[in-house]
Amino acid sequence: MGDPARVWKFGDNIDTDALAPGRYMSAPIDVLASHCLETVRPEFAAQVSRGDIIVAGANFGMGSSREQAVEALRHLGIAAVIAQSFAGIFYRNAVNLGLPVLECAETTSAKDGSAATMDAVSGKLELDDGVVLNCEPFPDFLMQIVNDGGLVPHLEKRFSGGASR
Amino acid sequence: MMAQTLAQKIIAKASGRDAVDAGEIVVAKVDLAMIHDSGGPRRVKPILERLGRNVWDKDKVAVITDHFLPADTDDTRAIQRLTREWVAAQNISAFHDEMGICHVVLPEQGHLQPGMFVVGGDSHSPTGGAFGAYMFGIGATEMAGVLATGEIWIKVPETILIEWTGWLGPQLSAKDMMLRAIGELGMDGGGYQAVEYTGSAVSALSMQERMTMANMTAELGGQTGLIAPDEVTASWLSARGVQPADFSNWRSDDDAPVIAHHHFNASELAPQVAAPHSPANASPVGEQTGEKIDVAYIGACTGAKLDDLRMAASMLRGQQTASSVSLMVAPASKRDQQIAAEEGTMAVFEEAGAIILPNACGICAGYGNNRLGENIRCISTTARNFRGRMGAASSEVFLASPYTVAASAIAGHICDPREVAGGA
Repeated sequence: MGDPARVWKFGDNIDTDALAPGRYMSAPIDVLASHCLETVRPEFAAQVSRGDIIVAGANFGMGSSREQAVEALRHLGIAAVIAQSFAGIFYRNAVNLGLPVLECAETTSAKDGSAATMDAVSGKLELDDGVVLNCEPFPDFLMQIVNDGGLVPHLEKRFSGGASR
Repeated sequence: MMAQTLAQKIIAKASGRDAVDAGEIVVAKVDLAMIHDSGGPRRVKPILERLGRNVWDKDKVAVITDHFLPADTDDTRAIQRLTREWVAAQNISAFHDEMGICHVVLPEQGHLQPGMFVVGGDSHSPTGGAFGAYMFGIGATEMAGVLATGEIWIKVPETILIEWTGWLGPQLSAKDMMLRAIGELGMDGGGYQAVEYTGSAVSALSMQERMTMANMTAELGGQTGLIAPDEVTASWLSARGVQPADFSNWRSDDDAPVIAHHHFNASELAPQVAAPHSPANASPVGEQTGEKIDVAYIGACTGAKLDDLRMAASMLRGQQTASSVSLMVAPASKRDQQIAAEEGTMAVFEEAGAIILPNACGICAGYGNNRLGENIRCISTTARNFRGRMGAASSEVFLASPYTVAASAIAGHICDPREVAGGA
């Protein structure tokens, strides 16, 4: 168990244009990240702290294949995203960039601003008001990539003969 | 052997198997990888350098510039220069620079064939499914992995069948069909599975209309959107110098398993409009008639191909846009614009008072200088109307077909194209 983190609560269908707005896509990641989610919640990028956790509804990350949507969250220090479901490309991008993304059937009981403690191995999120979210375990195949720190370190290991695939 | 879906057959071939089961994770060899200037070289180059690799097969990579165009800032000029230098260094011959939007240019240049397993560095990559290719979108890091290895993992999808019986009436199009389906099934209705489109109204669609249908599988939340190849596919491809191999096997077996089978009747379909800020907010145009608009936008891979331009021009011929409306037309490819110019379609737009924009993604993706200003209301042939995507957070975008966008541009408010056309 790590230090308590703040929960940032979002609804359904958070899209990649909100996470990584097109007009800042040619800018460096620190600029892009400073506009992350501003159309949904203007104070988010300025107030989020390293280690914080996003808890959201269904279909998180829908829209574009731009992986800056994941990169912006990582740049801001988000430790994990827990959602009822994820859009497919966002989910793959998160695995590839080493951002833990965990599915949890019921996220509505988690309150915004709660202090939370996350156990990434068991997928259990405990909130200070007693609410517990039990997330789906990560598939083994993907766990290897996440454990290696993302796809690039995973491939480095494979090319150096440290892993079969 | 168990009956297989079209999706299963293509993935089985790509993974060197006779058959695959839905739900299993397999590693497949990629027949083609497509990248563009935004998610492409500028993102994959540093990763490939870190891995000490070049592209695994220069003849299986296509690079198309379409996002940061026109390159009119220092940032975007640097991105285009990096793109061109990387393509030259990797000795890639399939480089289509400033030719139009990747999903339109890729098949136009003869790169797609039925049965291929293809990845694209863009979320609208399911467009390739119109040709009976299993094509899907991935992010840049994953693309770098593909470029380094020629492989990608995939969880074999279930197939969701969407069947359109009946026939489309006048001033109706594939865009209306998709907005109707997304309105009914939601933006995660595809569940990241394979969607397959079938039925009389699908078979009757032109190739570019099929591309619009497959394209918006992205908004339906499917991984790809397949249409089994037929004579329409074959004749379109042969007109572009591609002689497809025997494609009779590239269809789902009759008794192949599907997890859902949705039925729609094209004969009963009304033009659809998706209200801000979701494509799933679709309803018949009659429910939104009269909404005032400031901008009418005909653009994007999903909404400004030659067939789309012709649909819009059929409404605008001899007409002027309302004085309160700015009509912008960004033809999806240079080739489509050339044909449209030769046949007089572009002249219709110019005479109607339209502003013609470059063959690029433009404001559909929130790029460039024509983004929507504060409180602007726009009706658009594009695919997504998320808050702020096309401009200011206070702007509002309604999605509709080229017929409906053009008719609304004339009226100054949202209206039914069947009424403007005099019930023709």
